[in-house]
Amino acid sequence: METLAAFAPALPEIILAAGAMVFLMLGVFSADNARTGVFIGWLTVLLMAGVAIMIGTGGAERVELFDGAFVVDAFSRFCKVLILGAAAVSLMLSFGYFERERIMKFEIPVLALLSTVGMFMMVSANDLISLYLGLELMSLALYVLAAVHRDSLRSSESGLKYFVLGALSSGMLLYGASLIYGFTGTTSFTALASTLQAGEAAQNLGLIVGLVFLLVGLAFKISAVPFHMWTPDVYEGAPTPVTAFFAGAPKVAAMALLLRVLHDAFPGMLFQWQQIIVFLSVASMLLGSFAAIGQTSIKRLMAFSSIANVGFILIGLAAGTQYGVSSVLIYLAIYVVMTLGSFAVVLAMRRANEMDETIGSLAGLSQTNLPLAVAFAALLFSLAGIPPLAGFFAKFYVLDAAIKAGLTPLAIIGVLASVVGAFYYLRLVKIMFFDAPGEAFTQAEPAVRWVFTLSALLVTFYVVYPAFLLDAAGTAARALVP
Amino acid sequence: MIIGLAHYLTLAACLFTLGILGIFLNRKNVIVILMSVELMLLAVNLNLVAFSAFLGNITGQIFALFILTVAAAEAAIGLAIIVVYYRNRGSIAVEDINMMKG
Repeated sequence: METLAAFAPALPEIILAAGAMVFLMLGVFSADNARTGVFIGWLTVLLMAGVAIMIGTGGAERVELFDGAFVVDAFSRFCKVLILGAAAVSLMLSFGYFERERIMKFEIPVLALLSTVGMFMMVSANDLISLYLGLELMSLALYVLAAVHRDSLRSSESGLKYFVLGALSSGMLLYGASLIYGFTGTTSFTALASTLQAGEAAQNLGLIVGLVFLLVGLAFKISAVPFHMWTPDVYEGAPTPVTAFFAGAPKVAAMALLLRVLHDAFPGMLFQWQQIIVFLSVASMLLGSFAAIGQTSIKRLMAFSSIANVGFILIGLAAGTQYGVSSVLIYLAIYVVMTLGSFAVVLAMRRANEMDETIGSLAGLSQTNLPLAVAFAALLFSLAGIPPLAGFFAKFYVLDAAIKAGLTPLAIIGVLASVVGAFYYLRLVKIMFFDAPGEAFTQAEPAVRWVFTLSALLVTFYVVYPAFLLDAAGTAARALVP
Repeated sequence: MIIGLAHYLTLAACLFTLGILGIFLNRKNVIVILMSVELMLLAVNLNLVAFSAFLGNITGQIFALFILTVAAAEAAIGLAIIVVYYRNRGSIAVEDINMMKG
């Protein structure tokens, strides 16, 4: 019994993994129709909500399990609640779409649940082996989700592209992990950190090459430039609710993993990895902002917007301080709300049963559907970083962290990139409010309406009560960087 | 000649580079990409096992076992996606995967 009780801190992962298998069995032995799919989908959402409450009310002390390979602390709790929220909301958005497309299979929620378990493993990984296993569990489920629309050429092509580039990136990551293991003799983050305390150990060339390969692998997962090539295609080709899922939870998990690896395992190599992160950050911000200008598909535009946002998040990571970590977490939370809200708007862009995802179809939205136009405008102003909306504070904290860490040039590039970014966000607002209206969109289903309304309200009124998020992120950051 | 750690590392680096080149230079068939990915993972395994033997530390071999297992799952999923793609497109030539630009 005592050994069982020792596993208690990993209970959220155990419950989700067992739940995925129970739902799989339930689905296999039920009628093969959309009702089963929706039923299991809502069960999944309920399970995720229950686990989120369990994590949120649990203790905040640091616990290590499985011989130190798995760690639960305030940082992992913050990220897990965020991941569950993003995953559950994007699942809720998906049911109506999949039913209309006649692909509401019960496997979809089960795969989403399995990838969530993988993300939990990533966030809690404290060893290169558990890092790899979590990452693969997440990615393998995501490859299938991208190709889940079996009869659509676009969906299967995006699944194929995601698979090939994802497999390449795991190969890079593993090669880096093997070099790090070889030159330090350990895979545990704690042991790595203490080995690298000695100055000359951190100067080892083999180790630096290993770290670079590891970062390349992780940069693929967060779609930082120059490893972003898959993002626009996968975002465009995958079914829209799946894209919403990709843009939220996996980004949080991969970013949390990056924070954990760099701050827990390689604090002694700050100087080496800081340069790499600064480069990734500048490249992502600039390419994300400039390439989004010419896009005509709103999903591709969101893909470049997510690349630019990743660049901003990396500013906070490059700072390498506790304040930097908390600014990254705040940015991630606000980014998830803005992204899910925007994708809810994209899901509402439908005439009869036909999705219309071109930017032009938004023309004159304020005259045909004012609530949708106002909600999307609030989200876009927030994404552009205009005060007093939430997106402004997200950018403010990361830039502030960079300046306090002495990275003023990086902060200046960040401000310039956000000016360019504001152009294409505000262009959408102009199209919605000042262009001649087209045919009205069909009324969206309740879940979609709720999500875009709530997220627009959240970004608008974040300024009224920011303390909740600030405190939670601060506690989480203190757990990671003492 | 005594075969030392450096020989194993060089071989693994060569195999790994071949794998990456196979992904980028190959214009014929997606299956070849799958083989290249496998080659990369096996190069990593060789690295890990060589380091493990050299350091007298078992962790590397355990890592290699995990990689072998995951690589099998990855190949299965990759092949499944290729089958789905073939049914829609009627071809798995790399140059035909061009519905979306980029």
